[in-house]
Amino acid sequence: MTVYNFRFSRAVRGLWAPAGALLVAATVIAPIAALIWHAFGGDLTHWQHLANNVIPTALRDTLILLAGVGVLVTLLGVGSAWLVTAYEFPGRGILHWALLLPLAVPTYIMAYSYLDILHPIGPVQSTLRDWLGYSSPREFRLPDIRNMAGAILVLGFVLYPYVYLTMRAMFLTQAANLLEAARTLGARRPEVFRRIVLPLARPAWAIGLSLALLEALNDIGASTFLGVKTLTVTVYTSWTARSDLAAAAQIALTMLLIIVGLILMERRGRARQRFSNTQRMQPMRPRVLHGPAAATALLLGFLPILIGFAIPATYLVMEAWQRLHKMGGVSDSLISSLVNTVLIASLATVVTLAAGLMVAWASRTLRESAWRQPARTFARIGSLGYAVPGTVLAIGLLAPVMLIEELLGGLLGGQRLFLMGSIGLLVIAYTIRFLAIPIGAVEAGLTRVPASLEHAARTLGERPGGTLRRVHLPLIRPALAASALLVFVDAMKELPATLLLRPLNFDTLSTWLYAEASRGTYEEGAVAAVAIVLAGLLPVILLARANLSYGR
Amino acid sequence: MSKRFLPTQLAAAALAATTAMAAPHALAEEVNLYTTREATLIQPLLDAFTKESGIQVKTIFIVEGLLERVQAEGQRSPADVLMTVDIGNLLDLVDGGVTQPLQSPTLEQVIPANLRGQDGQWFALSLRDRVLYADKDLPISSFTYEELADPKWKGKVCIRSGQHPYNTALIAAKIAHDGAEATQAWLEGVKQNLARTATGGDRNVARDILGGICDIGIANAYYVGQMKNAAEGSEDRAWGNAIKVVRPTFANSTDGGTHVNITGASLAKNAPNRDNAVKFLEYLVSPAAQAIYANANYEYPVRDGVQVDPVMAALGPLKVDTLNIAEVAKYRKQASELVDKVGFDN
Repeated sequence: MTVYNFRFSRAVRGLWAPAGALLVAATVIAPIAALIWHAFGGDLTHWQHLANNVIPTALRDTLILLAGVGVLVTLLGVGSAWLVTAYEFPGRGILHWALLLPLAVPTYIMAYSYLDILHPIGPVQSTLRDWLGYSSPREFRLPDIRNMAGAILVLGFVLYPYVYLTMRAMFLTQAANLLEAARTLGARRPEVFRRIVLPLARPAWAIGLSLALLEALNDIGASTFLGVKTLTVTVYTSWTARSDLAAAAQIALTMLLIIVGLILMERRGRARQRFSNTQRMQPMRPRVLHGPAAATALLLGFLPILIGFAIPATYLVMEAWQRLHKMGGVSDSLISSLVNTVLIASLATVVTLAAGLMVAWASRTLRESAWRQPARTFARIGSLGYAVPGTVLAIGLLAPVMLIEELLGGLLGGQRLFLMGSIGLLVIAYTIRFLAIPIGAVEAGLTRVPASLEHAARTLGERPGGTLRRVHLPLIRPALAASALLVFVDAMKELPATLLLRPLNFDTLSTWLYAEASRGTYEEGAVAAVAIVLAGLLPVILLARANLSYGR
Repeated sequence: MSKRFLPTQLAAAALAATTAMAAPHALAEEVNLYTTREATLIQPLLDAFTKESGIQVKTIFIVEGLLERVQAEGQRSPADVLMTVDIGNLLDLVDGGVTQPLQSPTLEQVIPANLRGQDGQWFALSLRDRVLYADKDLPISSFTYEELADPKWKGKVCIRSGQHPYNTALIAAKIAHDGAEATQAWLEGVKQNLARTATGGDRNVARDILGGICDIGIANAYYVGQMKNAAEGSEDRAWGNAIKVVRPTFANSTDGGTHVNITGASLAKNAPNRDNAVKFLEYLVSPAAQAIYANANYEYPVRDGVQVDPVMAALGPLKVDTLNIAEVAKYRKQASELVDKVGFDN
């Protein structure tokens, strides 16, 4: 009897992880299932129209945009990470964290700032005309940035930190020993970079790149602002201009299929690579640069920060300063939006991290049980939300929430809604949206923890939970901290799902800014934009310290 | 980060979530407004209503998905009044079954019959005419929408996305006048004339005229009131001063009226504060509220005899295209598809 009890409780204890992972996966799959349901609700006649008039252009533009942004974030992200890892020069200490600063700037704010800065009547062109002796933009002006090239530049310079972050962490924790060995064997630096660093860096690059590209794909603000018609914009148009939710759901699902296909292909491509490093992680010894070489390195390193952060931020601060001066202070509603933003982003971070940890942990601990495959599937499903554009996700959430409301309403009665229009629903939406970040980070972190450590702990009598707490958590703390901060910053910038699902009289900084921008009067818009950037700065700096500090 | 990171934070989150869930329903007199228009823009109206009636107005600004959200909220939806800035969106709400008919002598008396649903399902609250912004030095005193496609404007026209409701409504009106084929040819001509990608907002048209990017463009008239009345020395004022306004007509129309869209509202189907909602709607067409529309938002009142802002009055009396706006809205989908077909936004 005792034996039976023991087995039973053990079985139950062993089940909490897959059960939790199942719950998380079900939550993520619910809106997608709802979209499938919506998609089947419509007929397919509009596909003729879409196939003839919309998809070719949208597909082409999406591919060009993604290719352009992909190249740019790779050049900037990998280049800057290698620069601050392999070389020592004055200013490197600031660079290594400052390179993350563009993370604090949402893409729509970036687009909005540069449109102002580079407009014919903006500061740059006005000054240029003064120098050249022209009096009117009708005599001389530069080309407009509202086109594909502008969108690629804007998105590339604001999204490269995703690549920089993963690459830098990889260089710090993985590469040193191998690099040193290669160096010892006489390889020159460019050769080391080509033959060791790049192949080794591929997983980290792939993770960073896919985060950046999914952000670019999901972007609505900057793309519509700069007049680029991506597939996401097309989903919008079908839905809003033609009131055709079914068509929008169909396009969204097709997009999702393509994205999932790409992700699976990439994962297959590196399935055979395994990196765990039992040796002590040792930062590589950077080469010291002097004179012109040091100056060039510094200049190169600061360029992405300048364009992706310093210029737009300075511009916004100046604009905000003028407005504040005129208005004589900040309105109460702006303050309450700030409070709401921080509150909701914090809640979302905690829940997302807990869910991500649970899912990733389940797929790790169940490696040797029958639950192995399901747990891994749950982890993949859990990551899907990041591939769904925010508004589409929000729309998909409505139907499942309605079901829950019906159910709760039947059980508990009463006149009010339980989930809809509550902070809880927003937290769920953010969690679904950003879950891929902690899952990816924790999985990657756990891969680096050799199984022998776990076996040792279990042999010494530690339970799985204890092993997690006492062995794994401390080891993956940098990865956890990094994903927490990334989720926080992303949640703070989130706009489309917030716009649709938030409670009455509840604004966040981004919905507030959006409202200002959409009525076309920016009185406090610049102030809100600065507030978003400022509120994002602290987590970004913390992120840099948590993730990168041991590289100094 | 301490070792207790997760448990402590989780507890805090759980606590906060519980508090949020348990927030009690306010007992005060209130009315809940769901709107596709930025609440800050109508805040003066809401404040004035609260002052007069003692009823608090709670708002949520939802651009896309207003219908879907109210549908999902179902019978327990807190929505009382649904307000949009476009007739098409408003009719979507009616068709989507989230509104209810309202018989109000006040509304029926004030709002002309063609500006409200005959079944009491929707009511126009103000008018916004879609006009021509032109470089102030251009010798233009009259204009037809058709002239936008005149090759002499090649590379000189600015306009926002063809898929924006303001533009699909205009294109739908053209379809209603002349049919889809003529409209497509016209759109192709306008596309040829664009100075830049069809993007941005209406005020960008004025800014881009000042910036020398274009000479003419189509935008809503009330932005002119905003810009020309902006503080001396402000950017908006400079944009407004760079342009003049002409009210275009359709070449083929007999009445010579200008295309007009509306802001409008409906009573939500399950309005929990129905009485307050009716009071609110009736207030919105009162002389006081209509004067706020006309002088703070620079929109045309639906009520007769309300004085408009001097800048707007200087444009002369508004002559409205007599096409029934609810009829025009039926061509909206076709208009949107035409925009795709001619690649207007590409």
